Amino acid sequence: MERKTRIHAEDGKQEIIITREFDLPVDLLFRAYIEPEIVEQWMGTKVHQLENRPQGAYRFVTTDPKGNEHPFCGVIHEFVTDEKITRTFEMEGTPFPVQLEYLQFEAVTTETSRLVMQVVYKSVAVRDQILQLPFAQGINWAHNRLEEIVNKLK
Amino acid sequence: MNLRRDVFQAIADPTRRAILILVATQAMTAGAIAANFDTARPTVSKHLQILTECELLTQQQSGREIYYHINGRKMKEVADFIEPFRQMWDDRFNKLETIMKQYKTK
Repeated sequence: MERKTRIHAEDGKQEIIITREFDLPVDLLFRAYIEPEIVEQWMGTKVHQLENRPQGAYRFVTTDPKGNEHPFCGVIHEFVTDEKITRTFEMEGTPFPVQLEYLQFEAVTTETSRLVMQVVYKSVAVRDQILQLPFAQGINWAHNRLEEIVNKLK
Repeated sequence: MNLRRDVFQAIADPTRRAILILVATQAMTAGAIAANFDTARPTVSKHLQILTECELLTQQQSGREIYYHINGRKMKEVADFIEPFRQMWDDRFNKLETIMKQYKTK
């Protein structure tokens, strides 16, 4: 079964909405966001800190193929199990302003779930820059990995 | 009616995507396009109007007929803009799903 990720980026708005349906019960989807060893696997990052509670901090570090570290961090504002996580997100050592992320988890059936991620940026210009980032700055190694996986499937 | 259309909204619709694919092979009149769909002619006209407003299609008068052409430049612009970002998230979420399915069977 193919469940595609959809990105809704309306012209002139300083937000994007990422939607994805999963062939997983909502509690398993939520677990993927709160257990450090699981987050590390699918995000491809090291989890240095992850406090799953209001005013809890998180800090993840991604290493690109050249060995450069890209840390990112933020604070969790709302945390409701199997329902929502609201958090800030900052790419350390970059000029990009802090962004705000609303993650909404919901059961579609007992065996499937949906994630709606609303990301709010400081401005339309910042949003458009970040959307082009995976391409422009070559940090799309996740994308390359996808191609490898897909090619193996063929 | 809202004339200021969002291009991403335009390509999110399956019928409109089908129209774009159809017109990509050759310029067509509204009638010829509509003949490919079961939907009512006014519905197809509405889709064509939206795609034209978003500049994904352009109109060209040829005698008494209006032909719809695909606007390759605009199509590329849209695809290039969002696709790598979408792929990045799609990859992450595919992984998440694969990993969590292992927990499901335990």
